[in-house]
Amino acid sequence: MLLVHPVRELGHSIPALIGLVLAGRAVGNGQLWWLGPLGVVGIIAWSVLRWVTTRYRITPEQVQLRTGLLQRKTITTPADRVRSVDVTASALHRLLGLAKVDIGTGSHDPGSGLSLDSLPVAEAAGLRAELLHRSAVASPGAADTPETPELGAAPAMGATGPAVRETELARMDPRWVRFAPFTMSGVLGAAAILGIGSRLLDQLGVEAGDVGPIRGGLAYIERNPIWLDVLEVLVALVVFVTVLSIGGYALSYWGFRLTRHPHGSLHITRGLLTTRATSIEERRLRGVELAEPLLLRVVHAARLSGITTGLKSKGDAEGGSSLLLPPAPRAVAREVAAQILRDPAPVDVALTVHGPAARRRRVSRALLAAFIVVVAAGVAIWWGAPRWLAVPAVLAVPVAAMLAADRYRSLGHALAGRFLVTRAGSLERRRDVLECDGIIGWNVRQTFFQRRAGLATLTATTAAGRQRYAVTDVPLSMALSLANRALPGLLGDFLVP
Amino acid sequence: MQLRDPAHLVSRRAVAYWTVRAVPLWILVLVGESLWLWGSRDHSVLWVVVLGLTVLFAAAHLVVMPHWRYRVHRWEVTATAVYTQSGWLSQERRIAPISRVQTVDTERGPLEQLFGLANVTVTTASAAGPLRIHGLDRATAEGVVAELTEVTSHSQGDAT
Repeated sequence: MLLVHPVRELGHSIPALIGLVLAGRAVGNGQLWWLGPLGVVGIIAWSVLRWVTTRYRITPEQVQLRTGLLQRKTITTPADRVRSVDVTASALHRLLGLAKVDIGTGSHDPGSGLSLDSLPVAEAAGLRAELLHRSAVASPGAADTPETPELGAAPAMGATGPAVRETELARMDPRWVRFAPFTMSGVLGAAAILGIGSRLLDQLGVEAGDVGPIRGGLAYIERNPIWLDVLEVLVALVVFVTVLSIGGYALSYWGFRLTRHPHGSLHITRGLLTTRATSIEERRLRGVELAEPLLLRVVHAARLSGITTGLKSKGDAEGGSSLLLPPAPRAVAREVAAQILRDPAPVDVALTVHGPAARRRRVSRALLAAFIVVVAAGVAIWWGAPRWLAVPAVLAVPVAAMLAADRYRSLGHALAGRFLVTRAGSLERRRDVLECDGIIGWNVRQTFFQRRAGLATLTATTAAGRQRYAVTDVPLSMALSLANRALPGLLGDFLVP
Repeated sequence: MQLRDPAHLVSRRAVAYWTVRAVPLWILVLVGESLWLWGSRDHSVLWVVVLGLTVLFAAAHLVVMPHWRYRVHRWEVTATAVYTQSGWLSQERRIAPISRVQTVDTERGPLEQLFGLANVTVTTASAAGPLRIHGLDRATAEGVVAELTEVTSHSQGDAT
């Protein structure tokens, strides 16, 4: 465990070290050769000092971290505030049998979390089990966890927790990698690489056309007819994106495993090189989001995330929603969702459709967008744009019509058991399953056109996940009866027949 | 099934407040258009049409919007819930149970002070659900805050 800091610090300070070595060479005739090695020794000594002066302690009431030699710093967190304990191990960590433990308190303040770097793997796992177990037990009240002595860097944490059996809810099947090309991650990755590449060439002052392989490629392209070029570039792009997305999927999700701990938490471990172990307390889980973007729907796949309160883990694009299942066969995603919710109804229930007015609204909105595209293309051609622009513009109309039909088909809601279920979207279709207990208010919104059509958008507000889950374009009376059934009593005073 | 309107209207002075508040925006639009037309000198007809239309829209907006708002903006506090209605072209009704109310603030901007108005914001644990009552007269706003503080102090739990 002594190795991680020095190695990383050395890595970070390679430019400075090169400077030192060069300086040593340049001054006099090599008498200052020792500057470089001194720098290395200094950095190693500094890192070792940092390790020696870092201590943590866990008592039944609090978690404490003390660091620093000259400037001592102590971070203390009440143990029952611990909301997440994530264990991460980069490739270097794993080579040395170490891991990093991040203790989250759900506070949005950076620096309020505790981070213990470079614990032995067994100790990290034990610490995680201990902390999660404690916060799970502490919350209902009577907590009789045994007194834990000062731990320092002492091992044997794993021995404290009793051997508990976890139930496995999902495990990644290597065949799921086939869904990777149908996510946007590869496209984004390719865009990033191309962007960085062109920036790099730009920074180095190199014309892209001067680079050997690119020049060869351009010359080849010029010899060919244009349709062949387009085809080849397309194929190359598809291959590039596919490779990238498969790589990304494997890196992030290899060995993915979702388990349920009997103390009431869900555990996720994943990662090929950098492994991550995260957990979600079930009492903070208010529901799930089953996402079926258009491309994933084509191959019958779906993705699952949790709707949680008070947990904003970094690395999540949407605050408060956390991955529960990477792109996987839809049947598996539904099965896992049913197991997580302990109720198959929310994922199986047939949704109530929103009716002809909602369909008309979908169609008119899509056609309006297409109409704008056609008019814009018309104006552009009139101003001298190439005529073939008319083809994609006219094609926009049937595409919009299909999109509208699919968007209407997605639209629906239901009340299943103690869950409110709502679904919407075409390119990003999502079925949100939200526990009614987690709803803390209703917003009923009607635009001018919605009022004329007798529709409303009913939004359930909640402290979890996206904070708002909308039932879009539902007939007003249907919206009100849904709200009234989901949360009996709240609307009662304000309803009139 | 219908949702009835909340019981109370806001202060009558809010109409004047909304009118005055909307004026600067229209002045900005008119000044911008004038500068643009100044640049392209020889369109005297275009000048008249554009500015005329803008003035027409502005007048319609300034006359219709505040009165429309005044008819829509309503609020009600019962023993169990807070209920607000706001907007004009787009209208929104928000309902939150008293047991989930976290904070109650009242705020008076400079313009609102000029008209002796205040607004009350009731927040819940959700980032999506603050209930705002605009255009209350000051005494009513203080009464609402006092009432809500009184009612919420009896409810338990962490309101999430």
